[in-house]
Amino acid sequence: MKPKHLSLLVLTLLVVAAPFFFPSGFYYRIGALIFINAIAVTGLVILIGYAGQISLGHAGFAGIGAYACALAPEHLGLPPVAAILLGTALSAALAWLVGKPILRLHGYYLGVATLGLGILISMVLSNEAQWTGGPDGIAVPDLGLRGLLRDLGWRIGAGELWYGLAGTVMILGAWLALNLFDSPTGRALRALHGSEVAARTMGIDVARHKLHAFVVSAVYASVSGSLLALMNRLITPDVAGFMHSVQMVTMAVLGGVGSVLGAIFGATILTALPQLLTVFHQYEHMVLGLVMILVMIFLPDGLLPSLMKRLRGRDGE
Amino acid sequence: MSALLEIDGLGIAFGGITAVDDVSFAVRAGEIVSVIGPNGAGKTTLFNMISGLYRPSQGKVRLEGAEITAMEPHLLARRGLSRTFQNLQVFGEMTLLENVMVGHHLREKAGVLSDLLGLPASRQKTRASAESALALLARVGLEKAAYRAARTMSYGALKRLEIARALALAPKILLLDEPAAGCNAVETEEIDRLIAEIARAGVAILLVEHDMKLVMKISAHLVVLDHGRKIAEGAPAEVARDPQVIAAYLGQHGQEQVLHAEG
Ligand SMILES: Nc1ncnc2c1ncn2[C@@H]1O[C@H](COP(=O)(O)OP(=O)(O)O)[C@@H](O)[C@H]1O
Ligand SMILES: [Mg+2]
Repeated sequence: MKPKHLSLLVLTLLVVAAPFFFPSGFYYRIGALIFINAIAVTGLVILIGYAGQISLGHAGFAGIGAYACALAPEHLGLPPVAAILLGTALSAALAWLVGKPILRLHGYYLGVATLGLGILISMVLSNEAQWTGGPDGIAVPDLGLRGLLRDLGWRIGAGELWYGLAGTVMILGAWLALNLFDSPTGRALRALHGSEVAARTMGIDVARHKLHAFVVSAVYASVSGSLLALMNRLITPDVAGFMHSVQMVTMAVLGGVGSVLGAIFGATILTALPQLLTVFHQYEHMVLGLVMILVMIFLPDGLLPSLMKRLRGRDGE
Repeated sequence: MSALLEIDGLGIAFGGITAVDDVSFAVRAGEIVSVIGPNGAGKTTLFNMISGLYRPSQGKVRLEGAEITAMEPHLLARRGLSRTFQNLQVFGEMTLLENVMVGHHLREKAGVLSDLLGLPASRQKTRASAESALALLARVGLEKAAYRAARTMSYGALKRLEIARALALAPKILLLDEPAAGCNAVETEEIDRLIAEIARAGVAILLVEHDMKLVMKISAHLVVLDHGRKIAEGAPAEVARDPQVIAAYLGQHGQEQVLHAEG
């Protein structure tokens, strides 16, 4: 079996089997939250892991996806599903416009520029209170899927529904990212990550490929934000905030930013711990910082790839 | 016959210091031209200007009669200009096979959406690309290591990998920057054989190499650089007797080697 199919099989089995071990219905919500975070983190695997470009502002795109679901139904009369698509279109368009100039920057400079982008978006969401409800947030309409299923004679709890829905979207997202890995575009991204100079001389339009990775990862973040908003039925500007961006990157780095499965693993740990341990919740920001430092020092490849290496022995290439 | 690659008065300065100054020469289709000269003479800088990585401050580069001065490297690749690097530039986390497949990039493009969805167009291109990349790896003797990550390979192996990757572009002209530097005798032999074989297949080669025996044997034409200037040019035997060249680069020992090589 190809690694891609193995990864997808493992992922699907875990999503399907996990509920059998849930002590209570509360865990469906945690599961759904994990999957929603994992979607954004999968996008970062493409941007950071494949293409080697950092972003500290991707929560901004999650914010656009989230507020599209709050605002488009009310002001444009769109159904929530169409609002998700509108959000992705806006995020993609913004990523394309902003990405063109800033992806010419490298390393820290790109980090700071994306940081600025994220802060800008979250400030707009906080300040334009007559539209967005300001820092208190805004209510988000019901997706309507539960009602639809009920009319079809299938009664399902909100937790279960969101678990299934977010899990499905996450697996779909993982499938796309794994397809990309072993494709001409994926190889071009990984090549420019390895050596930009060599990639250019091999005929790769580096600027164009970075832009593609940036736009695709923005779409992942946007979908993640939309699902979060529709599940919680309430959204605040925090979704676009700096801490959320840092959380995404830490999840990706903890699990192993080069691998889709690793990044989802990282999302699982850093989403579940604060939910399950209240102590952790209080000090979440400190713990995020600490995790980041420790991973960088001890597990630069990320948790999952490092574990796999240990298991296979030192030179298990 | 007109030249494939024409270098016309090329020069560049870094912060007021001239690294290459008014260098001109030409490479004809299928010909091997070598650029020699002491370390720091400006050979790599010349390659970087030709391949679009540095913008020259003076002069022109023409490929098949069309001006390509300071053109983006990825557009030069499209026109059939390919190169290797003196200080390795491999894609360390990718397998050897994938490294060479990147050289097929221009032929295997299918579009981001198609690649994300894994459409048959993308998958078919990946398969075809892998097949011909494997053949290229076999040509440089690395097919057994095709699925190993490049960063796990020896220096000599990576030198050959860079040649295979550069050939994947199916270039008209190949720029080789010290392809045998740092290689042991066996590996050097292997690379010599490879260069001759590439030239026989009709690919023009612009070569920078310190192994004078090799250079004298295979070059149609030599260009000698010193302190960024061209101090001599011509057939190997002529250049080897040039007193200026002997003083700047070859020295007495080098000349003996050269005369010996001429047999
Ligand atoms: N990017 C650069 N910035 C400043 N100086 C450079 C740069 N690239 C090359 N040089 C200078 O140009 C000169 C020629 O270097 P190089 O082309 O590498 O020589 P060679 O390849 O012949 O050994 C050297 O003095 C080097 O320091
Ligand atoms: Mg050099």
